[in-house]
Parts: sequence; structure tokens; C-alpha cells
Amino acid sequence: MSKLNTYREGPDETGHFGIYGGRFVAETLMPLILEVDKAWKKAKDDAAFWDEFNRYMKHYVGRPSPLYLAERLTAEFGGAKVYFKRDELNHTGAHKINNTIGQILLARRMGKKRIIAETGAGQHGVATATVCALFGLPCVVYMGETDVRRQRPNVVRMKMLGAEIVPVTAGTGTLKDAMNEALRDWVANVEDTFYIIGTVAGPHPYPAMVRDFQCVIGNEVREQMMEAEGRLPDTCVAAIGGGSNAMGLFHPFLDDEGVRLIGVEAAGHGIETGEHCASLNGGRPGVLHGNRTYLLQTEDGQILDGHSISAGLDYPGIGPEHSWLRDTGRVDYVYATDDEALAAFQLCTRKEGIIPALEPSHALAHVAKIAPDLPKDHIICMNMCGRGDKDVDAVAGYLGMD
Amino acid sequence: MTTQTGPETRITRKFAQLKAEGRAGLVTFLTAGDPTPQLSEDIILGIAEAGADLIEIGMPFSDPMADGPAIQASSLRALKAGMTLPKALGIVRSFRKRDDNTPIVLMGYYNPIYIYGVDRFLADAREAGVDGLIVVDLPPEEEGELCLPAIAAGLNFIYLTAPTTDDARLPKVVRHASGFVYYVSITGITGTRSADAADVAASVARIRKYTDLPVGVGFGIRTPDQAAAIAKVADAAVVGSALVDVIAENRDAAGAPLPGTRDKVLDLVKALAGGVRGARS
Repeated sequence: MSKLNTYREGPDETGHFGIYGGRFVAETLMPLILEVDKAWKKAKDDAAFWDEFNRYMKHYVGRPSPLYLAERLTAEFGGAKVYFKRDELNHTGAHKINNTIGQILLARRMGKKRIIAETGAGQHGVATATVCALFGLPCVVYMGETDVRRQRPNVVRMKMLGAEIVPVTAGTGTLKDAMNEALRDWVANVEDTFYIIGTVAGPHPYPAMVRDFQCVIGNEVREQMMEAEGRLPDTCVAAIGGGSNAMGLFHPFLDDEGVRLIGVEAAGHGIETGEHCASLNGGRPGVLHGNRTYLLQTEDGQILDGHSISAGLDYPGIGPEHSWLRDTGRVDYVYATDDEALAAFQLCTRKEGIIPALEPSHALAHVAKIAPDLPKDHIICMNMCGRGDKDVDAVAGYLGMD
Repeated sequence: MTTQTGPETRITRKFAQLKAEGRAGLVTFLTAGDPTPQLSEDIILGIAEAGADLIEIGMPFSDPMADGPAIQASSLRALKAGMTLPKALGIVRSFRKRDDNTPIVLMGYYNPIYIYGVDRFLADAREAGVDGLIVVDLPPEEEGELCLPAIAAGLNFIYLTAPTTDDARLPKVVRHASGFVYYVSITGITGTRSADAADVAASVARIRKYTDLPVGVGFGIRTPDQAAAIAKVADAAVVGSALVDVIAENRDAAGAPLPGTRDKVLDLVKALAGGVRGARS
């Protein structure tokens, strides 16, 4: 593919990034999707909307999140300088709240009275339940039965915040089934309900809208890195499930040729075992949940379940813009296994006193692979997109701790 | 008003015949391969004789997001029993050896077709004896994917319209529709709730302002009486979940089909056909 003047213009009017994206939904939903698109276009160009968004980012979420030089890890790796973008310090403990604040402000503008969401690890569910409590709207969260069991602390948090949790037994009871069930709810409650999708996937305008809310991450990094180092980072690294934290970090740097961008997928037990969630490294293009994108699927086009130690990466698809960025070659997509992520989790905890979520532990696992061989003046910025409080029981189990 | 311009198929001929007879048609839905590939074929081979005027065959998909619990479970049973898109076309071929008149519509989701390859799928479907397609997740906004190629290949592409499809949008939806227009009578998923016949009548009248295609109505029609009520106001009544439920209920503890399942499904088809045929007399 020839080099583009900009990588930041997409999607086109019909929601496509190259061949990816689109609006593959049932007719019952289509008028609604168009309504969301129209409302989003209007809000996006309205300074008052962004003033409100920024006010909540600052005073409620606690932004800007710090940019932190991880000195002990930098010394440990013995190469590149490693910075963490501390999005795990946000209210509710992850980057997800950036998006749920944005979407609920839009839902309020549209006069919607009821909020639904899907969740895997529960971080998006918690972030949605939180903003629903904040604005006094009823909230229904669909969560795979398997995830309800393995992410109990987040289930309790959501309930305390007043959300109704619907365990999904359909299909295989994981994130993709939760998303199917949320879409079924939306089809049945089109008049009053707004669906807050948690990642940069789904029918247009969701991939672009969620990206625009999450871009607060990369925009802050640009400013903070200029202040800290007087220049942009050489490499940005982020974990990828659906891909919202990575898109938020990468997008503001897409047109900076000198900045290398690396997305880290979850390789589970290893790509070669088939038990992984690496859609870009181990899947192929298909159509699911309203968009065309890389998917884990059989030869017959049936969707496969992902596997990852991290419930938040356990999704057989990925945002369509990532699929396009992969094909254009602008972003490199690599992977880290469960074991590598667990090792990085422990290293970060012991060396920096930061307990990372299992999701960014995958990103750190890749940083650990590349940093030692890079020169000392090379700057890496990794998105620490979530904190690991929710994972401590699971990790203790894996490590055989009492 | 859009005049019908799509391909002439067994569907268009069947609706012309129904019009001449002065009655509505019965459209039956079953998932290919449910509960097993063999029994599914046996049921479908007998369904026209039992009174189905059009046969809708579901191509099972792992993630049927517009379907309710009954059809979700039916898809999973079929996939577990080894059903694939080529095998579903095989059932159509078997049917065509015995019956060259009853129209067959394949219904499903886009991904298995996309992976099979659009051109290859259209050629194979037409060769097998398929007349039309309903693909739930391809609204008019994505018509270039399959609708326009299907029309070029001589197949009808049947669009869904819903209560949410307003007057501003209807012309766009029916623009490339052919065969018939499928009115989804509720805002919701299959097999969950039923629409009021009076509301359906008003909606069908609204659709007829924009197209002279026949209008079939589905979602929530379960009994002969409900089918009859719909047959009074629409050109066809579509029944799916109620038939699929008969298959689901007639299984042993291990999930294997019980003897007599085929007859029980066909008995319900006969009763539904009786309702539809007697509706306007």
C-alpha cells in the first residue's frame, strides 16, 4: 500500500476504514444507529460538549493521569527509558471511564432514559455503572456467566453502584455472548435505551466515537513527554483486546512518522495452540457485532472463543481501525502469552510497587522483550491502562499463593 | 411506490399463484441440521406436502444476534451436529430432486457467506435451487456486499423492515428488495413476543405505500389462530420459533431426537397451513 498523507482521517462517511468497519446490523437497529451517528456528529463539533467532557475528566476522573518514569524497571531492563502512562490511577481504576463519561453525556443529550452495556473483565461494566449512578440512570450490564464467576469483585462493585447484572449463558458465556445479548436487549428496547459499547468496535459510529473519547490518553502523553523530555517518545506500547486503550494512545501519534506504535495481543497458551485471543496474529477478516474486522473463526466462518488469562482481552475480534492499521503497516501488532504476562505482572509489582491489571501486563511483557536491546536514549511509553486489584485473587491462584 | 424489478424466481411465481387463489401463504422456518443433518433433511423434504408455501432454511451461525433463545439453541444444536453451509445447500439439492416448484429462501448471518466467498456462494446457491436470501445483518447501507450481486445472480434479496423503519427510511429499504418484503412485526428478537394483528395491518398498509411487492410478516406468530389473523392482513405469515420448539421439546435426556419428531413438526405445519388457508374464507 502506498504511503498516506494522514492516517487520522478515517472512517469515511459510511464508517469504513479501508474495507473494515461498516454497519452490519439488523434493520430494527439501523434507524437507531443512524440516530446515534447524527447526535454524535453534532456533539463532536460542539465546544460545549467537550467543555462538559473535559470538566468531568479533570474533576471526576482525575485527569490528566501522570506520565511516570519507571526508573527501577528501566535499570532492570538496562536499555530504553520506560515511561508509564498512569491510566490505572483514573477513578474506577482503568481507562474505561474516559469512554463511559463521553457516551453517557451523549445519551443524555439524546434524551435516553436507560443504559445497557456488555462487559468482560468487568472494568467497562464498573465504569458504566459508575456514570449511571452519577447521572441517576438505570443500568443493565450483560456479562458472560464464566466471567461473572472469575471477576467477582467487579460484579459486587457494579451491584453496589445500583446496576443490574445479567449473567449470559447463551453461546459460551463470555464477552462475545454478552455483546450479542446487549444487542438483543437494544433491539427490544429501541425507544428509551442507549447502548454504551466498551471498546473501539461495533457498528459505525462507535469505533470512531470511542476512539475520540480515548484520545485524551495520547493527547496528554504528547504534552507530558514534551515537558519531561522535550520530544516525542520513540515507541508507544499498549495491550489490545478490543483495542480502546491502544487506540487512545496511538491515534494522536499516527502521523508522527518517527514514533513506532506497537499493539500487544493476548497469546494465551501460545498462538500455535489455538488457545489465544490474538485476532490480528491468528485470525482473518470477517463480520461480527456490526463491523468487518479480523476475527477468530473456523474455516466455516463460525466465531471461536478466545482464551486469555485476562478476561479483558478475551474477545475474538478487534476494533476495525486496528485491522486497517495492521494492513497499512503503520502499527505493529505482536503478542504475549499468559505466562509472559504473569511474569511481567510480578516484576512490575516488585520493582515499581505498582500492581498492574493483567491487560497492561501483556504490554509490559513486550516492553521487557524489546527494552534491553534499545539504546539508553530511546524512550518507550507504555499505557498502564488498568490496575490489578481485580486480578489479585486470580493471580494468587495461578502462583499457588495462600 | 417501487414496482417489482428483481429477478423472477419460484418466489415471485408462488406469490402470483397465491394472489390468483385469493389467499395468503405460509412460510416455515427451520434451521438446517437441527437436530441432526439427517432428521432435518427428512423434515424439510416433507414440509411442502404438509402445507408450507415457501420454505425458509436457516444457515446456522455461532452468534445469531437477532434471534431469541429458541433459534439460538437450534443453531447451536445444528452446529454441534456438524452442519455447515455446503451441507445446508445439500439439503436444498435433495429437496429440489422431489419438488421443483416450492420456493426456498436461505436465511442467516453474513459471516459464513463472506468466508465461503460471495461469488461462489451465489453460484452454488442458485445451482442448488435456492430462490432468495434473507441476511439479517445486511441492511441497505451494506447493499453492495451481497444484495446487488445476488440480484445479478438471479436471486431475490428479501429485506427486513421493522416497526422502527419509518416513512423516511422505507423507500431506501424497499429500493432493491425483491421476492417479498419481510415485516418484522415486533421490536425485538425472534420468538419472544407477539404483535397485535391490528397494528400489523396498519404497518403492512404503510409498507404497501412504498412497494407493490408482497408483504410477509414474521416474529411472534406461533399458533394457527395467530397465523390466520396475520393471513387476513398480509400476503404471508412466517412461523419459525414455534416449529423449532417442537424439535427442542422432542429430545431425550442426552439430547438425541425422539421417534416421531418429524411427524410432530409436520403436524404443526399442517395446523398452521389450515389456519392460513382458511383465514379469508
